Amino acid sequence: MKSLGSIRRDFAPWNDPNAKPYIQFENVTKKFGDFTAVNNLSLTIFEREFFALLGASGCGKSTLLRMLAGFEEPTAGRILLDGQDLRGIPPYRRPVNMMFQSYALFPHMTVEKNIAFGLKQEGMPAPDIEKRVAEMLKLVKLEQFAKRKPHQLSGGQRQRVALARSVAKRPKVLLLDEPLGALDKKLREETQFELMDLQQNLGLTFVVVTHDQEEAMTMADRIAIIDKGEVMQVATPAEVYEAPTSRFVAHFVGNVNMFEGKVAERAANTTRITGATGAQIVVENSTDSKAGSDIVFAIRPEKIKVTSKKPADAVNALEGEVYDVAYLGDMTVYHIRLDDGQMIRASALNAARVTEDPLTWNDRAWVSFRPDAGVVLTR
Amino acid sequence: MNPTWSRFNVTSVVLGFAFLYLPIVLLVVFSFNESKLVTVWGGFSTKWYVSLFHNQGLMDATWVTARVGVISATVATVLGTLAALTLTRYTRFRGRILFSGMVFAPLVMPEVITGLSLLLLFVAVGLDRGFFTVTLAHITLTMCFVAVVVQSRLVSFDRSLEEAAMDLGATPVKTFFQITLPVIMPAIVSGWMLAFTLSLDDLVIASFTSGPGATTLPMKIYSQVRLGVTPEINAACTILIAVVAVGVIIASVANKRREVQRQLDEQAAQRG
Amino acid sequence: MSNIAITDSGPSTAAKPLLTRLGAGFVSRLVIIVPYLWLLFFFFIPFIIVFKISLSQSAIAMPPYTPVLDFTDGISGFFAGFRDLNFDNYVWLTQDALYFKAYVTSVIIAAVSTILTLLVGFPIAYGMARAPATIRPTLLMLVILPFWTSFLIRVYAWIGILKPEGLLNQLLLSLHVINQPLIILNTYTAIFIGIVYSYLPFMVLPLYSSLEKMDYSLIEAAKDLGCPPTAAFWKITFPLSLPGVIAGCLLVFIPAVGEFVIPDLLGGSQTLMIGKTLWNEFFANRDWPVSSAVAVILLLLLIVPIMLFQQAQARAQEQDK
Repeated sequence: MKSLGSIRRDFAPWNDPNAKPYIQFENVTKKFGDFTAVNNLSLTIFEREFFALLGASGCGKSTLLRMLAGFEEPTAGRILLDGQDLRGIPPYRRPVNMMFQSYALFPHMTVEKNIAFGLKQEGMPAPDIEKRVAEMLKLVKLEQFAKRKPHQLSGGQRQRVALARSVAKRPKVLLLDEPLGALDKKLREETQFELMDLQQNLGLTFVVVTHDQEEAMTMADRIAIIDKGEVMQVATPAEVYEAPTSRFVAHFVGNVNMFEGKVAERAANTTRITGATGAQIVVENSTDSKAGSDIVFAIRPEKIKVTSKKPADAVNALEGEVYDVAYLGDMTVYHIRLDDGQMIRASALNAARVTEDPLTWNDRAWVSFRPDAGVVLTR
Repeated sequence: MNPTWSRFNVTSVVLGFAFLYLPIVLLVVFSFNESKLVTVWGGFSTKWYVSLFHNQGLMDATWVTARVGVISATVATVLGTLAALTLTRYTRFRGRILFSGMVFAPLVMPEVITGLSLLLLFVAVGLDRGFFTVTLAHITLTMCFVAVVVQSRLVSFDRSLEEAAMDLGATPVKTFFQITLPVIMPAIVSGWMLAFTLSLDDLVIASFTSGPGATTLPMKIYSQVRLGVTPEINAACTILIAVVAVGVIIASVANKRREVQRQLDEQAAQRG
Repeated sequence: MSNIAITDSGPSTAAKPLLTRLGAGFVSRLVIIVPYLWLLFFFFIPFIIVFKISLSQSAIAMPPYTPVLDFTDGISGFFAGFRDLNFDNYVWLTQDALYFKAYVTSVIIAAVSTILTLLVGFPIAYGMARAPATIRPTLLMLVILPFWTSFLIRVYAWIGILKPEGLLNQLLLSLHVINQPLIILNTYTAIFIGIVYSYLPFMVLPLYSSLEKMDYSLIEAAKDLGCPPTAAFWKITFPLSLPGVIAGCLLVFIPAVGEFVIPDLLGGSQTLMIGKTLWNEFFANRDWPVSSAVAVILLLLLIVPIMLFQQAQARAQEQDK
């Protein structure tokens, strides 16, 4: 597999064996009564990294964040920040700040007072507080709203106040719990880029919890996909998408087609798989593909070509019928029912304004893909 | 992720409830005391209950109190519900401030003032004091409590239910009786119960506004307490507490059962 | 005036067929008019009568006062009556130091017991608001339940506990904490205990509802920003519970000033409170004009707190919307 890097090409401490880890979860377990929220989880985050914890609700990602903030103590294992064990340190003595999902703005204080709150706690002199608050207000473009109370602000403005409040103390790590969850789609997309700029400019380490894969993909240097309190994969967005290591991750991030089958024959570079229904496909070799073993070939919809005639040069070409077509503007999504019954999702970019020979319902169609267009999974 | 219920919190709740309930528990315990001294335990006995039922004065007072309670609570519930509707639905009419003032003031008004003023009214209009005047007085006091209880339900009432009914052709009056009233019924019922117990409970206003032949139970108990504490009063109090407790428990169990039933129904519906 | 009373009780019996025949406009007017007239007649007008009688002479008759400002002579007679007004009863109240003392002690006792109730009630309300959500309704019912049992009974129960040979003294004596029984009954201490006990639910309920509404993540945010728990309480929790504190304090203070049952049963004859004074003036001395004057002054004394209470109620209602 070719290495898939981060968007920030010069920033990849996780590939550097000498890089010093900044935040370390070491075999952390957290139980609430009988329920295990986090199960023997280990994770390393580096300084200045924008790290995303991605998972469905109830997967334990928020618990991880709350343990880092100090609201929960691990049942077992330990959490280190910059080499220091955080056990027993109450939240108000930890050099991390959190941006809450509900924003948790103090309703009885003005925007200004909210931002100054943390600074006052550490006993910063009043003139310095004033200066820092002004700086923060400018950073989030809310200078004229300093005297307003939270209920006099729009959702987007509240979000920015919460952000300003949590970065005002210049924490070592900023924790963001679903930071954009309460915003509408358009605002969310804008704010994603603002957050990334802010992180770059301030040089902080960000740990963001989200259930929105697109959000995680856009912003994060690396993503940890969490399920049932365990890490399924930690990788850059591109790796997570193009090279998922398990069916769960492949399913969780983006759309995917799965061919289940047995390894029929292993050649020098390729493996032939016999599908459960008899179809034969040829895929690139993977370490686990011993003859006779059960494997799955996972392939993204955009890597599959749909044509009305069988492509002459295709290694893998399967015939079926167009079951459904959805025109989405930028692309068209096809659902093809193969003759063996399997449903395939394929998408085609509408690069040209007029497509010749458009396929429609009940047309015969061929789907084809290259052997290296997908990944072989055993988990 | 609930905040943890710390030991301090548990302790303060437990101590608080002990403070609230211990006096009542002791009162009930000593109603079963053999000894005539209320505070010295002389063995278990129910003789005070027996003598209670032979106390014709107390029995009469109980009957008066029950009738006053049922009548006044019922009228107060109607009036209080109307007042609540007025407060929530009609935000603009002349004299609204005076009206909301008259609804909220009786909640905190010292009873001696309310009692005295009502008595003077009855004397001024020439009504003979007795059963009727006590009932009128209790209606006036308790309707305000009903209004507050019903109002708090009406505030959270989803007005689109009414709009839907009217959209489907129901007149405003029909809408009220077929949609609004059933939805706010639990609040109205608890308003009635509150009005009834307040009436059952009242000493001061009843003392001012009642006359010969309409002595209520609290008045009777009060005059006996002034003469000295006896286990017979403990017995009377215990019965009163038992009546109220049974009523409240039945209401809450019925409520709970309805809720559980609804949850089961919802689950069944989801299973299809 | 009796005419009004008759039309008042009318709609509740003959309402339904009438309502259906007439339009919505009439119905909505009726919804307003019926409770409005009732309260006007049975709540507002009585105050005017109290005021009127407080300005009349006492007499040995039934009713024991000579009427002034009689409406029977019509409006002109009403205004003519102003000439006969006399403020003797009010003058009398200022001359006898007893009344002044009774007002002052009542306000002080009510204020002190309000603070005590707040101190006792806050930890309870706070503990309840932090309890697991599943048991909160039960706790709430347990606070309301004593409120359903008779006020008189709850005060009565304390006599048995506080009297010299009562349960508290028995307990303390048997534990050798004290050698002599404490004299609590028939003192101001007993009144404090009685008020705190009887009015505790009135304090706990508004406190609980404002504390329960509070988003716990605010406390976490404060801690996250470096605020230790105690400071977080004073900077966040307490300011945000202020509406509840104000409502609770007013709900305790206003009725406590005019309280009669508690000072009468627990305070004995030595203690002085205005509610008791009014009662005695009325029932023992049968001086209706003076007791009316006492009531008018008491009402004037409470008018500001009552208006504050109304404002708080209105504000709370606005917020709920």
